[in-house]
Amino acid sequence: MTQASPSITLQINGQPCTVAADATLLQAIRSAGLQVPTLCHLDGLTPVGACRLCLVDLEGHPKLEPACVTTAAEGMVVHTHTPELESYRRMAVELFFAEGNHVCAFCVANGACELQDVAVEVGMDHSRFPYQYPKRHVDASHALFGLDHHRCILCTRCVRMCDEIEGAHVWDVGYRGSACSIIAGLDQPWGEVEACTSCGKCVDACPTGALFRKQDATAEKQPHPERAQQLAEARTDRRWHNQ
Amino acid sequence: MTTPQVQPPKLRFATVWLAGCSGCHMSFLDLDEWLFELAAAVEIVYSPVASDIKVFPEGVDLCLVEGAVANADNLALALQLRARSKLVVSFGDCAVSANVPGLRNLWAGVAGGSRQSVLERGYVELADRGAQHPHAPGIVPELLERVLPLHEVIAVDYFLPGCPPSAERIREFLEDLLRGERPQQQGAEQLRFG
Repeated sequence: MTQASPSITLQINGQPCTVAADATLLQAIRSAGLQVPTLCHLDGLTPVGACRLCLVDLEGHPKLEPACVTTAAEGMVVHTHTPELESYRRMAVELFFAEGNHVCAFCVANGACELQDVAVEVGMDHSRFPYQYPKRHVDASHALFGLDHHRCILCTRCVRMCDEIEGAHVWDVGYRGSACSIIAGLDQPWGEVEACTSCGKCVDACPTGALFRKQDATAEKQPHPERAQQLAEARTDRRWHNQ
Repeated sequence: MTTPQVQPPKLRFATVWLAGCSGCHMSFLDLDEWLFELAAAVEIVYSPVASDIKVFPEGVDLCLVEGAVANADNLALALQLRARSKLVVSFGDCAVSANVPGLRNLWAGVAGGSRQSVLERGYVELADRGAQHPHAPGIVPELLERVLPLHEVIAVDYFLPGCPPSAERIREFLEDLLRGERPQQQGAEQLRFG
């Protein structure tokens, strides 16, 4: 007989909500039928709190906290959509657009892009910050896939997917500040990294058009963000084990 | 005997085409029969697709601006339309973000800058024969060093993103404005880029 895990009760936007004691605030928010925008979060992968879109306000707490990496606690009073949070979220999304070279018009992911989605969600109709036009490059050295650094938002979903689900750890984050970028192997061309199994899971996990299949042209990318969770659960539940 | 009705003056409406592909104007033309309703509600005083007036007029109420600001002519017209219009709308992704025309800004930091780089590439490196830079002062407008979204040059009242914004998106936006209401501009149908 399984023992019921202890549960805690907290309040989210005035609504009482009971979750397992080890649940994150993001899980609690979703279990209450509420939403906060996310980009770096992907169910099935370890949360990292990189994109700052899921920041929430905790009453009596001096700073805003990312819901994805904060554990829910008994009696917490959480607000997900204060004017301050909404203003910060829109600013964060505008900065994502201004920081990279995100030209939706001819992107493989146009129409299936989570950056486009969150821009709509936060009501962004333009960026108040000047676009930076950083010099970046496209790595087309892999036989099947490409990495367009212009469209990368450094969410690290590919890094975690490859490390935690595929177990190959092809991807890492290299350099610092505005030069920060995703690197393959020891900062080699992707096609030269022998650890890569060419499984394509990183492409499935990428929220934008940064990682893509070479046969996909404009607006043809079909991402599969659900795969991380599917594979993680299948392994935990031993779904394909001697069936 | 009937009293002659005094019609309120029609809203003076303009559309402008700066550095863009004209796709936003094509989408505007995709409004099809709704254009008759628009024509009944407004007076089109300046537009590359609906008027033959060459000089941007005074006293414009509403102006849709397609395209980024990429050359000296774009800049002069942007300043002029702002001075002569009550409401200015960034119409489509190029006006909103510089979009595709802005891609030459990637060369802004290299030797010679983006203007020189794009001319060199287009007129010299890729020329089959007779490679030379265009030079026609007063006829071919000079490129600006950086391609700018409209709101970095003039104050913009509304932003209508999309590459292009769909005819439906344009119609809903204009219908709200013509009713004297602030456009709703919520959700993917109204706001999504690309």
